[in-house]
Amino acid sequence: MNIPSNIITLILGVALTWISLWYGQNHGLMPLAASDDAKAVDGIFDVMMTIGTGLFLLVQGILLYCLIRFRRKKGDITDGPAIEGNVPLEILWTAIPAVVVFTLAIYSFEVYNSMGGLDPHAAHGTVGLHAHKSPSDPTKSMIAMDIDSKNIAYGLGISSESVNQSTSKVKVTGLQYAWIFNYPETGITSGELHVPIGKAIELDMEAVDVIHAFWLPEFRIKQDVIPGRTTQLVFTANRVGQYPIICAELCGSYHGGMKTTLYVHTPEEYQKWLADNNVNTETTESQKVARSSNDGEFIFDQVKSLGLLPEIEQLAQLHSPD
Amino acid sequence: MTTPVEILNVTPSSHHKERKWQDYFTFNTDHKVIGIQYLVTSFLFYFIGGFFAELMRTELATPDPDFISPEFYNQALTLHGTIMIFLWIVPAGAGFANYLIPLMIGAEDMAFPRLNAIAFWMTPPAGILLLSSLFFGAPQAGWTSYPPLSLVSGQWGQELWILSLLIGGTSSILGSINFITTMLKMRTPGMSINQMPLFCWAMLSASALILLSTPALAAALILLSFDLIAGTNFFNPTGGGDPIVYQHLFWFYSHPAVYIMILPFFGAISDVIPVHARKPIFGYRAIAYSSLAISFLGLIVWAHHMYTSGTPGWLRLFFMATTMLIAVPTGIKVFSWCATLWGGKISLNTPMLFAIGFVSSFVIGGITGVMLASVPLDIHVHDTYFVVAHFHYVLFGGSVLGLFAGFYHWFPKITGKMIYEPMGRLHFALTFIGLNLTFMPMHELGLLGMNRRVALYDVQFQPLNQLSTLGAYVMAVSTVPLVIAVFWSLFKGEKAGDNPWNALTLEWQTSSPPPIINFEHTPVVKTGPYDYGYHPDAKLEDPLAEAQSL
Repeated sequence: MNIPSNIITLILGVALTWISLWYGQNHGLMPLAASDDAKAVDGIFDVMMTIGTGLFLLVQGILLYCLIRFRRKKGDITDGPAIEGNVPLEILWTAIPAVVVFTLAIYSFEVYNSMGGLDPHAAHGTVGLHAHKSPSDPTKSMIAMDIDSKNIAYGLGISSESVNQSTSKVKVTGLQYAWIFNYPETGITSGELHVPIGKAIELDMEAVDVIHAFWLPEFRIKQDVIPGRTTQLVFTANRVGQYPIICAELCGSYHGGMKTTLYVHTPEEYQKWLADNNVNTETTESQKVARSSNDGEFIFDQVKSLGLLPEIEQLAQLHSPD
Repeated sequence: MTTPVEILNVTPSSHHKERKWQDYFTFNTDHKVIGIQYLVTSFLFYFIGGFFAELMRTELATPDPDFISPEFYNQALTLHGTIMIFLWIVPAGAGFANYLIPLMIGAEDMAFPRLNAIAFWMTPPAGILLLSSLFFGAPQAGWTSYPPLSLVSGQWGQELWILSLLIGGTSSILGSINFITTMLKMRTPGMSINQMPLFCWAMLSASALILLSTPALAAALILLSFDLIAGTNFFNPTGGGDPIVYQHLFWFYSHPAVYIMILPFFGAISDVIPVHARKPIFGYRAIAYSSLAISFLGLIVWAHHMYTSGTPGWLRLFFMATTMLIAVPTGIKVFSWCATLWGGKISLNTPMLFAIGFVSSFVIGGITGVMLASVPLDIHVHDTYFVVAHFHYVLFGGSVLGLFAGFYHWFPKITGKMIYEPMGRLHFALTFIGLNLTFMPMHELGLLGMNRRVALYDVQFQPLNQLSTLGAYVMAVSTVPLVIAVFWSLFKGEKAGDNPWNALTLEWQTSSPPPIINFEHTPVVKTGPYDYGYHPDAKLEDPLAEAQSL
């Protein structure tokens, strides 16, 4: 095996590296990223695109070069050189991919862990009632799941950054062919998901008929919604806007039509949306306040906007974070 | 394998019995008849499965469900997937294995000829049962048929699908028992296991995988059948069953099924490339043993199809690690094929074009495969067109191009006629352009947010979908030169002679087509299967003259 080691090879190698690095950053194949987690996933995709582009160009280049350079000449009926292998070369092309996939696996592990994939909270249907466990200790989560297997809610949990924040819960129900969102704190039920920017949203998801999958492309997260059990997703939007919510698991004839919209609002807009929708519910104002009394900041704004009694306003201020 | 080339001293046969055309429609125990039966049957299903694909692509040319009904779209995707897997690629692999294994190892027939015929004769009923479901409301739950959807979308169509797969699965189990026994016990005297052609190694690995994994599919399907018609609740959550258990059982077979579909054609490529590049295969043992490694690793990666399903985080990460490892033995193969081409004397005929096309497109499927193994990225692209693009690059760009490389390579041996080259090359060109046009845009569609298995989609995805549909039509047209090439060559093709490629493996040392008993004399192995280039005076045109002079 004659490996050409001249200046042209060097130039080609440098060019291949530059093209790969450039394309890995500029492929433009991902939709907009609307959360920090999405940016982390994009980071891993960029790295894999860089390596993938390099490998793609290398193999296609070798094939093209062979096709041009090593064609049989007309009338040449002899065999090529009897080369059966080259141990150092074979060790090299076993070791390099091994190191590459090992590195990619570690990097993927880190990203997945930072998204809360291994978090103990993700293993329980009742987030918040449990004492905080170290989110960076995967063994604990494994043990917890074994013991408490009846309460397992699979999915992506709370990432380590958002552990100390409070999360807003939304109950999600998937059915042929719609998503229904229920806000347990206010009793609002909606066909679209409205969330405030910068706040961790916990989706507790159930399906009533067949398996669906809740997919937010702009957040790079997806989780099957399975009849008979609860699954979870937690995400924090960092960008105001409207984003598609898509069912990604074949769920019947109109699977393709099972879509709705996620609205990420500024906190003010979100309060306005809550207020607008609360008016339509049949509960009295005080019931609403009582139901949502574990969320101080939220109550404070709500109470102000509704002009309620000063005592309740005081109570709400006690719970307010600032 | 360093002995100088000595071409086998085969007495030219002049008096072997001919096969009658009727033999191919009977319960015949000759492995060559069975091989042809498998190949012809599977090619028929290639056209049927392709027809459903064209229906889907036509529907997807526009964002609205306006060409076929959404119900029929789901039936078409279910039948397309099931047919292409269980009635095209798997039986085509079995066809090559049946025809070639005994010839390659110098045996008279398979170890269990009657079992072999039974295995084949299960394939047509499996196909007929599946297609008959069209009259009873074809299955709509995809080739994966996850419950509860498969339990609520048409009882009889689904049951016929189950029966068809059970029969097909049984057939592959019987076939693998035969392949393994034949290769381990019936090699001609003097052929060690490390002198078997690499196609045999690949079939050994694939057969082991079939034996270990197919029973899990059978278990899943039988339980699903109980849920469907007897009202049990193994997988039905309304009665306390668990649909995730089905997914585990299903993928315990169906991920290995991917390797069952690709390994035989890894083997075919490893046999085609050295012959037409006139060089020994680069790293025989590395390629042989990497097949075994893929086979073993293939058994412990199934849950990478379930990263977004009901699986805990640690399990997702375990399967990420094993899945990524598969890139290592696969990479060894790709680099070894490239190194075999390097410095060779490449004849760019149809088999070689398909072989190079195979390496070129398979490497794309391999790269996206590593990407999909990564849990965080897969959570984004799971069940999107990115996955569709990936597995079509593996199964069409890989398996099917490899299948055609083998088909054109062994066509002269099987029929005794040379293929009509210009048509073969046209077939390659159209297939290769069509496949890239169809499947390349799907990567971007999936990443941007188009989910798979949908008859209607967001209007922003239309331009890329139209490109893909155009590619699908090019692939439909590519079957025309294939059919012309085959029939023209059968009736008017040049006589091939025993060894038109001047190849060294044993199947080329007998006549074309081989006599009923395969070899007039027990063949003796005097060279390795790929010992090209050891004899500088070897003349490409005239192997027998030299053999006689030795």
